Amino acid sequence: MTRTRNSRSILPGFGLSLGFTVAYLGLIVLIPLSAAFIRTAGMSWHDFVAAVSSPRVIAAYRLSFGASLAAGLVNVVFGLVVAWVLVRYSFPGKRIVDSLVDLPFALPTAVAGIALTSLYSPNGWVGRWLVPLGFRVAFTWSGVFVALTFIGLPFVVRTVQPVLLELEPEIEEASSTLGASRLQTVIRILLPELAPSLLTGFALAFARALGEYGSVVFISGNMPMRTEIVPLLIITKLEQYDYQGATAIAVVMLVSSFVLLLLINLLQKWSRRHQAI
Amino acid sequence: MASAIASTLATRPVRAVSHRATRDPAWARWTLTAVALLFLAFFLVLPLLVVFVQALDKGGAYFLATVREPDALASIRLTLLTVAIAVPANVTFGVSAAWAIAKFRFPGKSLLTTLIDLPFAVSPVISGLIYVLVFGAQGWLGPWLIDHNIRIIFAVPGIILATTFVTFPFVARELIPLMQAQGTDEEYSAVTLGASGWQTFWRVTLPNIRWGLLYGVILCNARAMGEFGAVSVVSGHIRGETNTMPLHVEILYNEYNIVGAFAVASLLALLALATLVLKSIVEWRQTGTP
Repeated sequence: MTRTRNSRSILPGFGLSLGFTVAYLGLIVLIPLSAAFIRTAGMSWHDFVAAVSSPRVIAAYRLSFGASLAAGLVNVVFGLVVAWVLVRYSFPGKRIVDSLVDLPFALPTAVAGIALTSLYSPNGWVGRWLVPLGFRVAFTWSGVFVALTFIGLPFVVRTVQPVLLELEPEIEEASSTLGASRLQTVIRILLPELAPSLLTGFALAFARALGEYGSVVFISGNMPMRTEIVPLLIITKLEQYDYQGATAIAVVMLVSSFVLLLLINLLQKWSRRHQAI
Repeated sequence: MASAIASTLATRPVRAVSHRATRDPAWARWTLTAVALLFLAFFLVLPLLVVFVQALDKGGAYFLATVREPDALASIRLTLLTVAIAVPANVTFGVSAAWAIAKFRFPGKSLLTTLIDLPFAVSPVISGLIYVLVFGAQGWLGPWLIDHNIRIIFAVPGIILATTFVTFPFVARELIPLMQAQGTDEEYSAVTLGASGWQTFWRVTLPNIRWGLLYGVILCNARAMGEFGAVSVVSGHIRGETNTMPLHVEILYNEYNIVGAFAVASLLALLALATLVLKSIVEWRQTGTP
């Protein structure tokens, strides 16, 4: 940002580093990704529509989008509470709790998957208390929701936390001095300040949940039409050598993810501007 | 250090006055803390705990036998091999991308930065699928590869490629903002004083970015060792040959060898805990708070 020189820098290595970067990006990411789109472009429109809108596929979209949305919303509420508690209060072991929030990033998804299944199965530590109450979690919609909540947990906390840390205490003081109650200050002053980061955190968690596979397949039970998420359906199609069908669904998911990525970028720009004011 | 303490001491009284307006009532503090801790206990602590308890369910001897079994050892070796190739490749890429993006101005820079993040937006399953479309039997290069007797899909190279894709952005996205913030003044001084490009990089840039680089490597390594979805698509699941540790966990679990699955999973959980500890240490070093 402070640089005023143009690309005729006296530093060496521009051609080498940019050349390697673009070549590596192309070979590892862009060319393989384009394969999905080019493969789909070879399908007739009729075949494509049939592949991406059969009842089984629609049921999978509904599950993946619905459970990701629900998990994202739960993470917005609890993520905000966790971020608030970690930034504003002090309690013994806070530093350990803070580090532990990143566990879903660090724990391999298959490990999370079998651990959650074991916890929520009818004779598991949590399941054995829930089943008598009529809540079946493992092998139902709720199981998918629990796994996606686990996987999205750090996103909201980690996007809200830095914003909360940098909030000036003066705005809360001003609000209090002008006669607002603490609750009014939180709802009218703090929440609007945090809204862009909450929304960004939600979008990141949602995007991650849409594509999630490892933590879900063990706990979901994988019943077609009922507990089959989209990534699993892609794998099922591949195992049946239906490459066209798998790729067509993948393209729908890729386009959804890219639109989300674009929205997240715009959101982050907006929240930076919001903070600058 | 001493001046930091002095300055916090100096600001203490002012803070105490301002605290009243920014402080929540005691009941709210207690309730929110309890809600947060309960939520984290259910979603983070219990899953972690259950892995270790289940792994030792049949005792330490059974645990050791499962982990030392030839197929388990083969999966550990394959995971280590994958990491040993994918991580250095992405480190080289990350440093090179950050050097180009942070130290020079060129058109298309923000597009390039966005494209680097792309693999994070792609589902792991799709990350595997795209390599099947390129290298698989019906893929672009399939016939040529078969003619030359080269196996990539359902073999080790496919696993390494898919892992590289999935962990692609970790180092780059850590280094780009860091090197942008550091600017180019120190490098200019080094070059002006007669250092060569490589000397400048090794003696000036690398020491400046070492903590950010380490941070990226830790995250990249954790994801590479634990990747499941992408590797699952390209692996072929041949026991002792193309199974990584997470895939071995899946096989044991699906064979109803639950304790065995958790035994191998506990090794991966230990890796996750080590990752969190290292990550925290690096974060504290970066921000300067011990």
